[in-house]
Amino acid sequence: MNINITLLAQIIAFVILVWLVSKYLWTPLSALMEARRQKIADGLSASERGKHELKLAQERSAEILRETKEKANDIVAQANARANQVLEDARVNAKVEAERIVAQATAEIDREVNRAKEALRTQVSAIAVTGAERILKREVTIKDHEAALADLIAHI
Amino acid sequence: MSTETAGGSSVEYIQHHLANLSVGQGFWQLNIDTLIFSFLLGALILFIAMKIGQNLRTETPGRFQNAVEGVLEFVDNQVKDSFGGKAPALIAPLALTILVWVWLMNFMDLIPIDLLPAIAHGLGVPHLKIVPTTDLNTPLAMALVVFLLTVYYNIKVKGFGGYIKMFLFHPFGKFFVPVNVVMTLIEELAKPISLGLRLFGNMFAGELVFMLIALLTLGATLSASLLIWFPLQVVLDLAWLIFHILVISLQAFIFMVLTIVYLGMAHIDADSH
Repeated sequence: MNINITLLAQIIAFVILVWLVSKYLWTPLSALMEARRQKIADGLSASERGKHELKLAQERSAEILRETKEKANDIVAQANARANQVLEDARVNAKVEAERIVAQATAEIDREVNRAKEALRTQVSAIAVTGAERILKREVTIKDHEAALADLIAHI
Repeated sequence: MSTETAGGSSVEYIQHHLANLSVGQGFWQLNIDTLIFSFLLGALILFIAMKIGQNLRTETPGRFQNAVEGVLEFVDNQVKDSFGGKAPALIAPLALTILVWVWLMNFMDLIPIDLLPAIAHGLGVPHLKIVPTTDLNTPLAMALVVFLLTVYYNIKVKGFGGYIKMFLFHPFGKFFVPVNVVMTLIEELAKPISLGLRLFGNMFAGELVFMLIALLTLGATLSASLLIWFPLQVVLDLAWLIFHILVISLQAFIFMVLTIVYLGMAHIDADSH
């Protein structure tokens, strides 16, 4: 167990071994571990970012959904109002039309009545002339008695 | 431990086990077994490093790569705790090498104490010490490298003047310069010596206990007393073996942590001391 030249040999061996371990084991392996650490850190930050973006997208979609619902409600309300309007218009139109038709019909009827009266008057006057002819046994010309007949027609 | 017959008395047995396979005399003695086993274990580390390095995978690390990454991260955390994230690139590989190499060399202590020497003996090799860390040269070599690095970083961080100032005005201020020089010198020198001797002492003592346990049935013949000694030996050996797993790991860890701490202290500026 004396200290001897082995000491020097072991010093050299130790230095060489440290150098070799550093070159072939430590440097490549620690570089690899560092790269992996970096990769994991990147992945984690990417997932964090993704999560954040997902949250934003969810908020945005909720917003859009809410707006759309509001819009749809508006549209339905508008449509209802419009339908009511149309119905109301139709009702008013129908009423006006009906009144118009009724008025027309009434006027038509009046006209018919007047025409019939006219015709009757003419016929009655003819009948009256004929009757008077028979009674008088002679021809009475309408010309001769036009004034009398007109007077008669006016009385009927 | 098997009832190995190393021949002769207990003293001879222990002396035999404490002798290195060596060439040369005196200071020029070279402990071949220490070198062989420490080189083999160093080569094992490099072999594993190459094996892993061939197919490093970022996405799907293999089970083995995972284990090595775990060790690496453990060492890196220790360094970061001491240095606060601005350690020189050398520190962490140095600490990793120390942890793994020392642990592997310590681990040789758990191999049955007579197994490899007995095989070697059969092959005509007279002595074989298989635990490099029980050879004082190995721990001291690492401690000296660490010491030289602390000196290097001290000068690099504080400047040469700053390093000298540390000796002159630390710990008692400018009125006790001679005392300060002696105190700081002792403090600085105690670091590598205690670092090396701690590991050596623990491993040496651990090996010695294995030897003592092996002595229980040394040279015993088949007799009634063996019925008592042999089970006792097995129980004691198992107990010490399990305890020693803790010791070898702890010593490797302590050596690494102290290395990091010493180098970390070298990086603290004298003013903030």
